[in-house]
Amino acid sequence: MKSLILSTCTRMLMPLILILSVFVFWRGHNEPGGGFIGGLLAATAFALVEKAEGLEAAKRALRFRPQSIAAFGLGCALVSGVWGGLQYGYFLKGVWPFITIDAEGNKHGLPFGSIFLFDLGVYFVVLGTVCGILFALEDVVSREADVEED
Amino acid sequence: MLLFWALVIPFGTAVLALLAWRSLEMQRGISLIGALALLVLTVRIAIRVATEGPFAEQAGGWPAPYGITLVADGLSAVMVLLTGLVAVAVLIFSFSDVTEGEKHYGFYPLTHALLAGICGAFLTGDIFNMYVWFEVMLIASFGLLVVGGGKAQLDGAIKYVGLNLIATVAFIAGVGLLYGATGALNMADLHGRLMGRGAETPILASAAVLIFAFGSKAALFPVFFWLPASYHTPAFSTSALFAALLTKVGVYALIRVFTLVYDIDGTPIAALLLGTAVLTMAVGAFGALSQTSIRRVLGYSIVSSIGYMILGLAVATPLAVTGALFYLFQDVLVKANLFLGAGAAKRLAGSEEFGRAGGIWRVRPWFSLLFLIPALSLAGVPPFSGFWAKLLLARATIEIGSAGLTFMVLGVGFLTLFAMARIWAAVFWSAHPEGDGAITERLPAAMLVPLLALTGAIVYIGIDAGPMVEGAAAIATGLIDPQAYVAAVLGGAE
Repeated sequence: MKSLILSTCTRMLMPLILILSVFVFWRGHNEPGGGFIGGLLAATAFALVEKAEGLEAAKRALRFRPQSIAAFGLGCALVSGVWGGLQYGYFLKGVWPFITIDAEGNKHGLPFGSIFLFDLGVYFVVLGTVCGILFALEDVVSREADVEED
Repeated sequence: MLLFWALVIPFGTAVLALLAWRSLEMQRGISLIGALALLVLTVRIAIRVATEGPFAEQAGGWPAPYGITLVADGLSAVMVLLTGLVAVAVLIFSFSDVTEGEKHYGFYPLTHALLAGICGAFLTGDIFNMYVWFEVMLIASFGLLVVGGGKAQLDGAIKYVGLNLIATVAFIAGVGLLYGATGALNMADLHGRLMGRGAETPILASAAVLIFAFGSKAALFPVFFWLPASYHTPAFSTSALFAALLTKVGVYALIRVFTLVYDIDGTPIAALLLGTAVLTMAVGAFGALSQTSIRRVLGYSIVSSIGYMILGLAVATPLAVTGALFYLFQDVLVKANLFLGAGAAKRLAGSEEFGRAGGIWRVRPWFSLLFLIPALSLAGVPPFSGFWAKLLLARATIEIGSAGLTFMVLGVGFLTLFAMARIWAAVFWSAHPEGDGAITERLPAAMLVPLLALTGAIVYIGIDAGPMVEGAAAIATGLIDPQAYVAAVLGGAE
């Protein structure tokens, strides 16, 4: 059952939600927000597509398999941990390659480094896991619905 | 960051195996390389602990007790070393045991996630962090239980998850109580803060809740029923991994927490542990006698073995703790060997039910020995490793002058021998119901090599037991007086 209103709205809402999720993720660097909530928001965008256009369309929109996305995220988090470990000898120690500290102890440069990578990992793990669970459940439900219609 | 590699390697392997989802060949290669790397790493950790004593590492460089600490002392180092060994053995065995379907639904990534959880639980120095690793293990083991998708598997998994979820909630509640009473989560820090406060009500309450939580994980009486209900359902490789390591994590947690964190001497906790241990031994031994398939008998034998280990912990003399540790270490190998042997026996005889299998001894005598040796070791027959473990525990009970406990140690050993003899008689000795010609298959090398290696280790530990017992005694001394551990965590902050 497709609803014209829902699919039209989805076409507008989906990019908006995705941009919002990236914004929330970015904001989480120093303020409330972050990878977890950002990933959840992104997952709702794909959930909306799934509801409006069906499972196949949502899978196409996501492009990669949810497991691969989650694995990629876990890989990002691991790399960020090992990065600190190799640079400073402490696993998960923050590394800031673009920050320099001058003689007075003031920091200059771009606060962008291994912690961002870790958070990005969380974002993808959450996105992949939630989409994976949702798609698996919807798969079963839609198959049962097909049987009933027959 | 030596210790953190013990988490990075299994997680990294799981990630790579997930990314190689489509090619089972690649997943297999990645997963074997990951297990071998883990084994090499755990050997390095064990060598460092043996030469330099306990050492700790802090995540992110935040010093203990505020940061998250990983600690390796003798107990942790031996347990992760055994994890590495069993991981390699089980993965090689799985090549010819686990079905394509199970591999297709993520057997390899889940196994490595489980290994990461196990290593994390063995190495963490922080009780809350231990809860997190228990969760990782629970999620991964649930996945492994249902990965085949059979009806019996789902039934076993529901019981397993049901009780384990309750236990996990109890665990976090106990940790919460403890944190409320002391303001600390780091176990070395807790050791200092609880000094002399062992009889206070909140402390005792948290200890009781934690005993329930760890007891459910370790399958102690009366919360053991999930184990015999679920361990016989998944692939043999998976049940070997569970039998060798998962319940042992519960035992490890009990030993760690009730030597390092709580001082149980003269509190009701010691009596509670002792009573539970004795009942667990008895229930496991009698349960094993009432079952009629290999893995169900072995499942109950796990329960009675766990009882032995907790008995040693509860008696709490240096000799008893040595016995408990020696039992724990050698039992990892014995259980892995028995469950993998059960898998090979089923492949030969076509079934693991007593009435429908048989005749293996006449057709494959050498393989039969690979099952007989760990079975005799489990029952405590000399000269195999299990004999020394039971001897140490029997001597410890004689030392404290408790004839009843000595009787339990020997009597349950006898019942276990009886249970093993039943497996032997039904599956190996008696004729196959369809005639001995029914067994035509040859066991693949992937099954024989791990069995041979594990049996070899059991025989070696049995014959050259002196250094092993001395090692266990040294570890026990370190547990009873954990100064080196505490200094490694709090004093020697890197």
